[in-house]
Amino acid sequence: MEILLAIMTGILYAAGIYLILRRSLVKLIIGIVLLGNGVNLLIFLMGGLVKGRPPIIPEDAKHLEGLFADPVPQALILTAIVISFGLQSFAIVLIKRAYKVVKTDDIDAMNETDRI
Amino acid sequence: MHSQLIILPILFQALIAVILLFLWSKPRTQRVVSVLGSGVSVIISALLFSQVWNNGIQTMQIGNWEPPFGISLVADTFAVVLVLLTSVVGFAVSIYSSTNVVSSRVKFGYYAMFHFLIMGLTGAFLTGDIFNLYVWFEVIIISSFVLLTIGGRKAQLEGAVKYFTLNMLASIVFLTAIAMLYGVTGSLNMAELSQIIPTIENKGLVSTISLIFFVGFGVKSGVFPLYFWLPASYHTPPAAVSALFGGLLTKVGVYAMIRVFTLLFPISGVNQTVFIVIAAFTIIFGGIGALVQKDMVRTFSYLIICHIGFMIGGLSMFTEMALVGVVFYMFHDIIVKANLFLIGGFTFRIFGNNKLSEMGGLMNNYPKLALLFVIPLFALVGIPPLSGFWPKISLFGASYETSNIGLLVAFIFASFITLFIIAKIWNQVFAKHASERDDLVKLKYFNQFTKREKTALIFPIVFLALITLYYGFFADHIQVLSERISYELMHPNEYFEAVFNIKNETTQ
Repeated sequence: MEILLAIMTGILYAAGIYLILRRSLVKLIIGIVLLGNGVNLLIFLMGGLVKGRPPIIPEDAKHLEGLFADPVPQALILTAIVISFGLQSFAIVLIKRAYKVVKTDDIDAMNETDRI
Repeated sequence: MHSQLIILPILFQALIAVILLFLWSKPRTQRVVSVLGSGVSVIISALLFSQVWNNGIQTMQIGNWEPPFGISLVADTFAVVLVLLTSVVGFAVSIYSSTNVVSSRVKFGYYAMFHFLIMGLTGAFLTGDIFNLYVWFEVIIISSFVLLTIGGRKAQLEGAVKYFTLNMLASIVFLTAIAMLYGVTGSLNMAELSQIIPTIENKGLVSTISLIFFVGFGVKSGVFPLYFWLPASYHTPPAAVSALFGGLLTKVGVYAMIRVFTLLFPISGVNQTVFIVIAAFTIIFGGIGALVQKDMVRTFSYLIICHIGFMIGGLSMFTEMALVGVVFYMFHDIIVKANLFLIGGFTFRIFGNNKLSEMGGLMNNYPKLALLFVIPLFALVGIPPLSGFWPKISLFGASYETSNIGLLVAFIFASFITLFIIAKIWNQVFAKHASERDDLVKLKYFNQFTKREKTALIFPIVFLALITLYYGFFADHIQVLSERISYELMHPNEYFEAVFNIKNETTQ
């Protein structure tokens, strides 16, 4: 399972970076979304995978015993997902506006602000 | 020492922002609330500063969870000084905005976002938890996106696309580093991490993680070769927004870098070489970039990059003396850069343009203003006794002592380039005869403003210039402060003991 997730993370990162390097605005956003998902998977993976042992203290015990899943990475992912969701929706509105105003979705044509 | 006061600057900014959201369609009330709120937050930050100055590092555990399980807020001297400077710059920019930012922008929530941005900055300075730092960074970038795009002019949107992409990418890189760090150490509390990281045997992995952090923060602070978003976007929004960005946003990246590379990954070996090389390149490329610009505000954008190199260079030497220089330089730079962008907005109202070739005659037409504008410009070069001079002594001295001659050459090179650029601006804007002004540009010019509006433009510049003068003439105060900060940064054990509330025998 770890191997599969590791490969998956790698693919998401690679695809994300490839898409960011393309010249189209839409692909840029998709690339960022993929990278964001890749990093969420990475957090999940780095927290260590434990199958079927949720971190819930049984009623007759005072604390957790034995092997249990680490709840922190899940909380982190949840936070990261919410944040990236907000940012991505902003990004989509931004490229829509940019497309309307600049009238191109070619990033290379957006060089007005770089001119001396 | 536990103190509930730490969270107050953050909560207070959140409160103002929420109040402002309710005043959505009343720009006039919004301006008043924002200025008053910013004024009060300066007082709150000053209180927090005096508490930390008198009683040492203050901590607070959110929700009363014992460290390292909950989120800790840690106010050491470095953090509180930055919080204080943030609120000071916020106050100045808030007043400036009342003339500089038009009502239509205010109706789209300019002030609310402004206060959310200040809240994010304050939170980033005060947090003691690395994931919480990420969250504050996101608060900062999302509010800065809105501030950058509000108004929706073509240049703004183009700049925003670049700004957005690279900052988002930086956040992802930063989050990747956090994930890897958590995987290796199992902790997110910076104080605890400072104890765990030295015990990890796989030094290669630690070094890799630290460099990923460096890339993440490097994009945010604008180091070579990751700075291209900065000059492409900083000149596009209204001057008030640029001032806030130029003064504070890149510095929060530098702050995070200083925090992480003193507390978690003390610089040594390969990292040191990488840092020194990158700092030197940042200085040179920023300087040369500034040299070729024909627009005053864009010149300032490149100068930000150039001077970020000073701070990274000082950090890379990693001696107490160098850190004194870095910290002092940072305090000076926050005030001066914010002021320069405010001046950029001011001259725009005088000339209708910020192209160097179309400006001129400021000294003849507005002699008092010219005298005022010269203060931050000369402070930037570091003409003694103005504020830029004192930190440079420490930086030059440290680079000579640690025999980093390359860095020393870069520092001197940057000082000369800055001098040259300021001389160029002096010639073009102040001394040259004014060319015929083309009033066809649809704009409310400076002489059309009412007295109240003029005051709102001039007061913040005077205010920040006075602080610059204070830095210069009472440099010993700032020097003592910087030495204390530098001592704290070089002895991370005190940070750890403060967070975990371990009583130190020697101090009792």
